[in-house]
Amino acid sequence: MSAVAEAISPRSLTHLRALEAESIHIFREVAAEFAKPVMLYSIGKDSSVMLRLAQKAFFPGPLPFPLLHIDTSFKFREMIEFRDRYPATLGANLLVYRNEEALADGANPYKLGTQKCCGFLKTRALLDGLTKYGFDAAFGGARRDEEKSRAKERIYSFRDAYGQWDPKNQRPELWNIFNARIDKGETIRVFPLSNWTELDVWQYIHLENIPIVPLYFAKERPMVVRGESLLPVEHDPPLLLGEKPQMVMSRMRSLGCTPCTGAIRSNADTLPKIIEELFLMRRSERENRIIDHDQEGSMEIKKREGYF
Amino acid sequence: MAAAPSAIDEFLEQEQNKELLRFTTAGSVDDGKSTLIGRLLYDSKGVYEDQIASVKKASVNRSAGPIDFSLLTDGLKAEREQGITIDVAYRYFTTPKRKFIIADTPGHEQYTRNMATGASTAQLAIVLVDARKGVLPQSRRHAFIASLLAIPQVVVAVNKMDLVDYSEEVFNRICGDFREFARDLHLSNVYFIPISALEGDNVVTQSARTPWYHGGTLLHLLETAPIEMNYGEDMRFPVQYVVRPTLDFRGYAGQVASGTIRQGDRVMVLPSGRTSKVKSIVTFDGDLDEASVPQSVTVCLEDEIDISRGDMLVRPSRMPHVSRRFEATIVWMATQAMELDRPYLVKHTSKQVRANITQLRHRVNINDLSKIEANKLELNEIGVVSIETHQPLFFDAYRKNRGTGAFIIIDPVSNLTVAAGMISERVDREDRRTSMLSGVEFERSRLTAAERWERAGHQPVTIWLTARTEVAYLLERELFDRGCMVHVLADDVESHLLPELAKMSSAAGLITICTISSDSEGERERARELVGFEQFVDIDPQSLSSKDADAKDQITRILETRGFVRPDGRGLGGDGI
Ligand SMILES: Nc1nc2c(ncn2[C@@H]2O[C@H](COP(=O)(O)OP(=O)(O)O)[C@@H](O)[C@H]2O)c(=O)[nH]1
Repeated sequence: MSAVAEAISPRSLTHLRALEAESIHIFREVAAEFAKPVMLYSIGKDSSVMLRLAQKAFFPGPLPFPLLHIDTSFKFREMIEFRDRYPATLGANLLVYRNEEALADGANPYKLGTQKCCGFLKTRALLDGLTKYGFDAAFGGARRDEEKSRAKERIYSFRDAYGQWDPKNQRPELWNIFNARIDKGETIRVFPLSNWTELDVWQYIHLENIPIVPLYFAKERPMVVRGESLLPVEHDPPLLLGEKPQMVMSRMRSLGCTPCTGAIRSNADTLPKIIEELFLMRRSERENRIIDHDQEGSMEIKKREGYF
Repeated sequence: MAAAPSAIDEFLEQEQNKELLRFTTAGSVDDGKSTLIGRLLYDSKGVYEDQIASVKKASVNRSAGPIDFSLLTDGLKAEREQGITIDVAYRYFTTPKRKFIIADTPGHEQYTRNMATGASTAQLAIVLVDARKGVLPQSRRHAFIASLLAIPQVVVAVNKMDLVDYSEEVFNRICGDFREFARDLHLSNVYFIPISALEGDNVVTQSARTPWYHGGTLLHLLETAPIEMNYGEDMRFPVQYVVRPTLDFRGYAGQVASGTIRQGDRVMVLPSGRTSKVKSIVTFDGDLDEASVPQSVTVCLEDEIDISRGDMLVRPSRMPHVSRRFEATIVWMATQAMELDRPYLVKHTSKQVRANITQLRHRVNINDLSKIEANKLELNEIGVVSIETHQPLFFDAYRKNRGTGAFIIIDPVSNLTVAAGMISERVDREDRRTSMLSGVEFERSRLTAAERWERAGHQPVTIWLTARTEVAYLLERELFDRGCMVHVLADDVESHLLPELAKMSSAAGLITICTISSDSEGERERARELVGFEQFVDIDPQSLSSKDADAKDQITRILETRGFVRPDGRGLGGDGI
């Protein structure tokens, strides 16, 4: 075989630095090519990582786009406190949007069921929020390793004028060249963390010392114990006969609305312990032959958890 | 859960030094691709997790029995049955040494565009061959795509060795066949591995059933293959975004496309051709002395130059091609066929320009690489085309530089990405003429420069003048009348040749007035390098009087001040030496 070109090894970046460089590139492309981008800020760990990457992309300048939080009103108090404190320290401009109409109608997961509730308070609210401000590109923190169905998702995910995603109508993505052309009313969801795994995210948070909501760390918290599940008591979930809250050493693996976010029993009160726990959980799943590399759980949880 | 802090901390420490390798897999239906990927994901996970978990639990009860690995990935068959779009799926796994990103692509001809997509970011390709069937047309196709997209390394995994009794002979025959047809492909590194994805032979663990095979396992190869991408070594920094938070900070943000940019480097800005020095390389984590591909950084220059997105920083002595015309191999990716002379958009590095495909030279038969006469390209077809853009692009041949040789074509009406392109090595017309001069030797002459100066009465000097042809001829007259050996080189069409011609006349001892109709600092910098900066006088057009005669006098005075000609008459003669 003849050598084609001198193949020069890029001075080997570590995997986290390589992912970081790729994500920064994506942030800059979007800021340069779209008229009005926004970062969807869900307050969770992935959002914290996105925020850090965006800071790096435009340093020493400020973020050239605002953050948008879709508030269902059922978030944990600690999440809202974090939301109102942390982004401001970075000089970020945070917008909050709620589907006030549905909330006034008393929308909640007990009354509507989780799916419908999400439909009103998240999906609808998100689409309305984007339209209200006229955003044409929205960064989201979704990752391809979250579940099988996401493995084919693009980094630039095209949405038609109704905000719909058509898997058949996505554009091929080659190299690091992204097609940002859209018509009026159409939008692009951009996923700068596409190639990150859950483990990468945790390692990066650890490496970079990125602030995250304290709910991720184990602590004695009031919980309703129902079978295997731990239900947070905030926002007063309806209790079954004989149930009452008790203090349980626990933490959240993912953050969403209190009625739909289960806690897990855990002693992991530091990042290394969380990472270790993640491993042990996967290992036991593997040993029990649950073949599913989607650790954040089923589509259902995912739907509850985020916008995507 | 009592923690073993030292173990986890050590683990995290080690994790932070891990590298990233991106690879692609291609195989035809039933070659065992899903099984192989499943096995890689599953077995490596086990190995990996044991690392940390064994601290907890000494003995692991590994469940025995066959596992349907293709469940780990949603295989092609399932997709077809469910009518799901067949697409590139990205999968991730990690070992203690590296993190891997797999671009899992279907292998059938109708998925050429998916294979090309998966291959575009890959540093290594695994081509699966069924040991019973040997090298089939589809294997050639997969190897061809790897070559076309310039993937630096190809692993031929000869699968289902269990079904051919782990026969060395079968394996060797397949290797021979593959080498034979791949001889015409530009593949840099090819490895062959006999495996059984189903049984696990030579995938993650070395097989006892292939004692004749002395290479490593597939995973070992993946963990040790060089991380390379076929970027050239020339520095290319496409400006993506201008960071300008305050009046006294102006930084150019971008991802290094190839090579290394260093603080203190002299750089040229394309297309303006202005040069400056790298003042600093700024990042959130502090300034860097240098940054290499693929780092994303922000570059500050010493001079205030007007630079915007789509511009490129390069080293003046290592210029890319700067042209509106080039030849490229494209993979057509849209259902609507390619049309000549229809407006398209080309996106290349951080630049997006209007473009036309002016000629379809031929289509490439992806199965045997033969050239086919054609007047259009349909979905999944590959062709060699000529492209003309409305503004110049700054590029290198794709084979030399994947960063600056790649582009996509966008349909401005549908907004779809309709093609992926790789710029050809074939140098364009102008470049070839330039290179004709490179064979001319200047240094062998037995005459010395001093002898020439003495005869001429002055040193050779090259004067670079933009958009003032009339001034050039007035100056020529003035210097000639003073007794100098002088001539004018006017660019007209051949401005790219000026630097080389200037070098020739400089070597002959002449005063050379180069006059160029529009600002082309690319040429100017090349000329400065070729003749040497001591012998080069760059006239800033802004500094010249608009009256030609006055402008001529201004230049004469510059020449006098710099000691090339005497105020009163001829040149300086031998004194100047
Ligand atoms: N005997 C044997 N069968 C294999 C091997 N690898 C895959 N197979 C079988 O070949 C069939 C096709 O495999 P699959 O992974 O689905 O192929 P794909 O279409 O390329 O993804 C399945 O029945 C596998 O069990 C192997 O190494 N040996």
